[in-house]
Amino acid sequence: MRPYKYVRAQDVDGAVATLAEAPNAAFLAGGTNLVDLMKLEVMTPDMLVDVRRLTSDRVEGLDDGGLRIGAAVPNSVLAADHKIRSRYPALSQALLAGASGQLRNLATTGGNLLQHTRCVYWQDVTTPCNKREPGSGCSAIEGHNKNHAILGASEHCVATHPSDMAVAMAALDAFINVQGPEGERRIPIEELHRLPGDEPQRDTTLQHGELITSVDLPPVEFFSNSKYRKVRERASYAFALVSVAAALDIEDGIVGDVRIALGGVAHKPWRATKAEEALRGEPASEANFRAAADIELEDAQPLRDNAFKVPLARNVITRTLLDLSEEGR
Amino acid sequence: MSTTTRTTGGAIGASLDRIDGPRKVTGTAPYAYEHRVDNPLYLFPLRSEIVRGQVTGIDASAAEALPGVVVVVTHENAPQLADTGDRELAILQSGEVAFRNQYVGAVLAETFEAARHAAGLVEVSYAEEPHEAELREDGDLYTPEQLNAGFPTDTEEGDVEEAFSSAAVTLDGRYTTPMEHNNPMEPHTTVAVWKAGDLTLYESTQGAHPVQRTVAKIFGIDRNRARVVAPYVGGGFGSKGLPHANTILAALAAQMVEGRPVKFAVTRQQMFTGVGYRTPTIQKIRLGADSEGRLTAVTHDVIEQTSKIKEFAEQTAAVTRSMYATDNRRTTHRLAALDVPVPSWMRAPGEAPGMFALESAMDEMAEKCGLDPIEFRIRNEPEIDAETGLPYSSRNLVACLREGAERFGWRDRTPAPRSHQEGRWLVGNGVASATYPVFRLPGSRATIRYEGDDKYAVEFGAADVGTGAWTALTQISADAIGVGVDNIELRIGDTAFPFASVAGGSSGITAWGSAIFEAARVFRERHGDNPSEGDEVQARTPNNPETENYAMHAFGAFFVEARVDVDTCEVRVPRMTGVFAAGKIINAKTARSQFMGGMTMGLSMALHEESLVDGRFGHVINQDFAEYHIPTNADIGEMDISWIDEDDPYVNPMGSKGIGEIGIVGSAAAVANAVYNATGIRVRDLPITPDKLIQ
Ligand SMILES: Cc1cc2nc3c(=O)[nH]c(=O)nc-3n(C[C@H](O)[C@H](O)[C@H](O)COP(=O)(O)OP(=O)(O)OC[C@H]3O[C@@H](n4cnc5c(N)ncnc54)[C@H](O)[C@@H]3O)c2cc1C
Repeated sequence: MRPYKYVRAQDVDGAVATLAEAPNAAFLAGGTNLVDLMKLEVMTPDMLVDVRRLTSDRVEGLDDGGLRIGAAVPNSVLAADHKIRSRYPALSQALLAGASGQLRNLATTGGNLLQHTRCVYWQDVTTPCNKREPGSGCSAIEGHNKNHAILGASEHCVATHPSDMAVAMAALDAFINVQGPEGERRIPIEELHRLPGDEPQRDTTLQHGELITSVDLPPVEFFSNSKYRKVRERASYAFALVSVAAALDIEDGIVGDVRIALGGVAHKPWRATKAEEALRGEPASEANFRAAADIELEDAQPLRDNAFKVPLARNVITRTLLDLSEEGR
Repeated sequence: MSTTTRTTGGAIGASLDRIDGPRKVTGTAPYAYEHRVDNPLYLFPLRSEIVRGQVTGIDASAAEALPGVVVVVTHENAPQLADTGDRELAILQSGEVAFRNQYVGAVLAETFEAARHAAGLVEVSYAEEPHEAELREDGDLYTPEQLNAGFPTDTEEGDVEEAFSSAAVTLDGRYTTPMEHNNPMEPHTTVAVWKAGDLTLYESTQGAHPVQRTVAKIFGIDRNRARVVAPYVGGGFGSKGLPHANTILAALAAQMVEGRPVKFAVTRQQMFTGVGYRTPTIQKIRLGADSEGRLTAVTHDVIEQTSKIKEFAEQTAAVTRSMYATDNRRTTHRLAALDVPVPSWMRAPGEAPGMFALESAMDEMAEKCGLDPIEFRIRNEPEIDAETGLPYSSRNLVACLREGAERFGWRDRTPAPRSHQEGRWLVGNGVASATYPVFRLPGSRATIRYEGDDKYAVEFGAADVGTGAWTALTQISADAIGVGVDNIELRIGDTAFPFASVAGGSSGITAWGSAIFEAARVFRERHGDNPSEGDEVQARTPNNPETENYAMHAFGAFFVEARVDVDTCEVRVPRMTGVFAAGKIINAKTARSQFMGGMTMGLSMALHEESLVDGRFGHVINQDFAEYHIPTNADIGEMDISWIDEDDPYVNPMGSKGIGEIGIVGSAAAVANAVYNATGIRVRDLPITPDKLIQ
């Protein structure tokens, strides 16, 4: 681990300005992801700018009826918020399915969204990795890759995004509010994380120095009929093999509208737009749910150890939608 | 068996609270790293980034220039060791690299942070040679001379081929267990200090004296000039049974800074190299039975790995030599010597992987014979121990199976696989047997001294690795001397006290407890019932002549309910029953914890643990607890643990058998058998993860 400078900015403007002038600096929130990676020398920032106290730590109503979640809201607080639990249950369930009680107390909304993709080879600085050292090669493609991507990967990187929270937010059409050296922007969550392509070193579309200040959830009524299902090898404290966040609007047995996002399958939370498209206006039946899942998974390209994720994802999508159609009736 | 007339008795068997409990929960019990020493230096190791070859150059200039760095130790400047015969321990004596992540140096600095930072700045260059770091069935194999604990490599009785050809029912199964790593809560730790030729080690170890003897030999000093202190140890599970290279590295580095203590705690990631591990195993089992379900032939052929620099041959099939009755039997062990760290003891080496295979095969065979798996085992219960030809001092496997079946509700099980579903859960039940030998290690001695005021000091160097030995040994001392537990002051965990054997092989209570009883007997003989202050005797663990007359083993049975999600194939175990026949239970409370810990580790072995080696790089790549899974609290449901009253007058004066390991022996098979009953899918390759079940 390398020594680094720790600074605490006065406000968001100050934090953004500090980073703009320090190409090797990073924002520090709860530190539960960043500090681990620094110990391994996977990340080697020379300065940490503490932003934990700079942005809002509250969940507030918006004029349009939606909710705004401050970037500093701890995961545990967000999970327990009664508005989240009643109107966006998938988000609360996703948060509670992640990490451990202690970590959720420390982890923030902004930090959780920006936790880095996971791969054991990336975390081990002694093995080649295109994400850590572009051009050095991907060790996972021909290595142990049970936990790796089946969708949207590239020949350069097959890592997966580990956030449960972000998968739920992807299904719930969240918007990310960002302030950077060039001002403020509002990014649909779909466009926050990126696929590896030939730049696997970039997890997101944010520019250096852009700070997440809050996350907005839109006022969509049927999101109250949403659910998160995480499949993991042990009952707690494990990253998802595959996870599904879904919201379902059914009228008279017909799918009015639907949102599906997958975790554990790609370099980003995977919005299953093809499956959604296939379901809108169709009867809410097990056969249709399964067929829609198959359409989404048609493009899956499993690696040596992770072919099981295809039937697993299909089963979990189907089961989650079935659960929602029973509960939402 | 106490000869004293002062027997108050009754301490053995009481459910006494842990004597060291309050110190541990209040944080006042010093573990190795926490001993207060003056002006320490901190060590961070350098580890090889190739698997095999030579170090050709070391550039430590950037590291040495860092403030706080005192010295960078490498083979170029390290002191010579007096004995380099043990190649696991003979570190930094040359530039040779024998496995990935082997120690090639260390940084000593004024702070841990500076040491770690500097370690990242040292540039080591290598000449690399081709390597083989993955166990393969078709690789080069050899036959070791003998196995761990002195067991013979191969055995053969009767004519197995003939028996198979005439068997009514046969089974041919291949089972594998992965590499697994001991990961005690407290990682391996050493604080080493040299003063005027004397070495003191504050060490996290299962045996202070074994460490003392090893370091004295390696550093070429008189035994009594090496002191090892280990009062509190945060677990070991075998990996702290023998000193590993981390201890030598700390002591070697400390030699270069005479007088200053050197502190070295390996990190969790570093636990995955160099402190031992369970070898992966490939096991082939064949069973033949007659039409009544009596075994006529059993073979168990094992392939496993060792390191090219030092042999460790796990006795995986040894348990098959005596578990069930048959006239025709063969067991073999073959090893692949690889460019890997040295495998070592991990809770029940041999029995744990061996009984996974045997007890899975027994479950499969019971079904083939159309018998209930309990009935099938009972039919094959032996009269005598086939390995030694001796009768058992006590063998209550059948009682454990029957008692467990009752407690668990075995009769409600639906025998047909995949025949019971509740909601989205497929539900299944499984059973397996457990066994563990009664080992008796020689040489321990105990001192008993009357300190006045009705207080007796009892001293020997044994380590309590967190098992509760401190408490149990106090109870034994009380009954042996014939006083209450409050009259005993037990002092352990230091080579300043008399020699004690390693806390390994579930042998501690037998070895040390027998020495206590012997010392108490001699004490009364010499000093009578009214000793004077300062009266003292020392006695040794006596030989037990009964070992020539009886085979001594503990037994047990496990019952498991497994639930497998129909959609996701996630496996959960809501309840587990374990019944043991392990002689006299010294302390019901700490014993229950030992059984529960073993069963939890068996569940962990069944469902979670697997060290993944990437053959290209030669090391374990899932080297932390986010990737190497062990169960969380949420994974452990109801644990129903009990034992039957077993009166075994032959094993030792306490009548006790070891209990530290038996909980892991067979419990993984019970889980696998339950998963089979739930799903109809027989997973023969551990761990049982959803990817192996999903269809
Ligand atoms: C053992 C373990 C198990 C875990 N299991 C799970 C799990 O099952 N599911 C799951 O989803 N997660 C899991 N996590 C990850 C956990 O959710 C993240 O570590 C946590 O959410 C990160 O939040 P933080 O505030 O600590 O971020 P930090 O570590 O402080 O930051 C993470 C990254 O985000 C950047 N950053 C932080 N805040 C901002 C901001 N406002 N604007 C811009 N950039 C910012 C930082 O620079 C850094 O790059 C686990 C973590 C651990 C250690």
